[in-house]
Amino acid sequence: MDLLEYQGKQLFARHGIPVPDGRPARTVDEAVAAAKEVGFPCAIKAQVKIGGRGKAGGIKIASDEDEAREHSGAILGMDIKGFTVHEVWVETAAPQIESEYYASIVFDRGAKAPLIMLSTQGGMDIEEVADTNPGAIATLHVDPLLGFQDYHGRRLAFEAGVDADLVRPVGAFLHQLYGTFIAEEALLVEVNPLIVTPERKVAALDAKVTLDDNALFRHPDNANLRDPSDEDPQEQMAHERGLTYVKLDGDIGILGNGAGLVMSTLDVVAHYGGAPANFLDAGGGSKAEAITSAVEVILSDDKVKAVLFNIFGGITRCDEVANGLIEAFKTLEPSVPFVVRLDGTNDVEGRRILADADLPNVTTAATMDEAAQKVVALAKGEVLA
Amino acid sequence: MSVLIDNDTKLVVSGITGREGTFHALNNQRYGTNVVAGVTPGKAGQDVEGIPVFNTFRDAVAETGANVAMIFVPPRFAADSILEAADAGIPLVICITEGIPAHDELRVYTQLQRTGTRLVGPNCPGILSPGKANVGIIPASFFKEGNVGVVSRSGTLTYQIGNTLAQAGFGNSSIVGIGGDPVPGSSFIDIIELFQADDQTELIVLSGEIGGDAEERAAEYIADNVTKPVVAYIAGFTAPPGKTMGHAGAIVSGSKGTAAAKAEALESKGVRVGRTPTEVADLAMEILGR
Repeated sequence: MDLLEYQGKQLFARHGIPVPDGRPARTVDEAVAAAKEVGFPCAIKAQVKIGGRGKAGGIKIASDEDEAREHSGAILGMDIKGFTVHEVWVETAAPQIESEYYASIVFDRGAKAPLIMLSTQGGMDIEEVADTNPGAIATLHVDPLLGFQDYHGRRLAFEAGVDADLVRPVGAFLHQLYGTFIAEEALLVEVNPLIVTPERKVAALDAKVTLDDNALFRHPDNANLRDPSDEDPQEQMAHERGLTYVKLDGDIGILGNGAGLVMSTLDVVAHYGGAPANFLDAGGGSKAEAITSAVEVILSDDKVKAVLFNIFGGITRCDEVANGLIEAFKTLEPSVPFVVRLDGTNDVEGRRILADADLPNVTTAATMDEAAQKVVALAKGEVLA
Repeated sequence: MSVLIDNDTKLVVSGITGREGTFHALNNQRYGTNVVAGVTPGKAGQDVEGIPVFNTFRDAVAETGANVAMIFVPPRFAADSILEAADAGIPLVICITEGIPAHDELRVYTQLQRTGTRLVGPNCPGILSPGKANVGIIPASFFKEGNVGVVSRSGTLTYQIGNTLAQAGFGNSSIVGIGGDPVPGSSFIDIIELFQADDQTELIVLSGEIGGDAEERAAEYIADNVTKPVVAYIAGFTAPPGKTMGHAGAIVSGSKGTAAAKAEALESKGVRVGRTPTEVADLAMEILGR
């Protein structure tokens, strides 16, 4: 789960990382009140999960109440690369900035360890720095069982070319950032820019945080930060029902069990000339109710002209899938054709249940290839031989 | 032969008293796997259809000589259970549990590097050595003994590919699901190394998917170390960038990690890549003949 900038900063603040004082606001009046509390000049920043806010006009400095009203009015409701701004963050305008550094910690799957990166060339696109001047980024993997040691901070700071008097504060900052990464079970914490003030203090002027969804059960406060308004309505409906759904552009609804098989199903449907409308993984151990919910989610996309069920049961039992489909037909009475392929655990029973139910508009297929070919034909309005 | 599990396997199941744990432990037993014990804290002295339950892995190992552990407990308890099994000296732990926090996986992985224990999974369907033993949730009736070794990141896709191979007349030495999580205990390379050394295996099928660089690393390894033919399949050619496709590992960001990039990396090292599971079977037929 990605956090908004201000949610990330509030998380940082809880772990003692210096961030500018600020308040979130959802209306112009709230923004003006927030501006008066933090004082002028202040920065009014659009809260969207996409980069390039500044260039899009989503970050403005207000030097008085009128400007705070004018800027927040312009920014709230603004569209930035397809993301509508529902919220702004009003914070003390950055004091004079002497330098802009870059710091981040990522969950490095390849190395199987947290990777810390530090550069004195912050503020700009760090990927560009990585491309043009990789030597400008100091990197270090931390042994997850040993944790962050003070010498890690010194080594990174010296290697990145941090001024001698800042080696200790930058090291301390990285230590706190690592503490946040571990305590909150983040997959990414990124600070760009990490600023140096004329008083030779460091602070996080931005915050990009990605949390591990699988760990949210240990972090109920973080779990509440999810913002349903920025999810696609169908994706939101699926999420509430515990299904993994990703909306795509085509007209063939897809349901399968297991991410790999569903991805493969999308590929095979495309291979036979079809266009999938979605990715939907009903999960391991798909129960009848989950199947009904899944059908409802798929059919809520009115572009769907035909639906493919591709099930290879392991933990999932095909009889439960068949019963779920029958239940779905009873409650939803779908008008589009379905192609169903059932293999794996209890498949004979599942196929028998389906045959007995004799559902209208349901065709069975013996293999994945046959199922894909049939559903592609049906979506094109062809009649199956 | 086969890899990792066979007739000598003595299985202990963590979470055996849970609904799914019971169902699949008994399923594995019916297949012929020697299920010697279960572990559920506080339930020592009970049994599941004659399989004795112990409080700890230590007790289970001491009493039964268990040498493979299967983890079937909920995500919040799984890391602890894996570490307990390793601490009891069990050389192979197979973790079926899905949804384990990434930081837990990282700590477990790092600790296991310091012990002699190999982890397969988490979030995997387990291992099947047809005709010998089945540990996990792979529907075994679809597979027979043969000369094709399969290693896969995805559960149900493994069944699909194994099934397509079976329909083309091929059997398997072993089918190993390594799981789709960000920090798998065993990599493609770890398992391919075993297949390369296994007499029964004449062809290796690698089933990958978008995200990460495990397939690219495997391609390098195969070029330098593997003399047996390898056929690959990659799922996710049509996956849109930036979207997580169910598996925590299955996310495409930027150009790296795409199905096309993986297929290219493998093909550049002489590994043939089937575009559909059926094409994988066709390639196997071409290589092994009929």
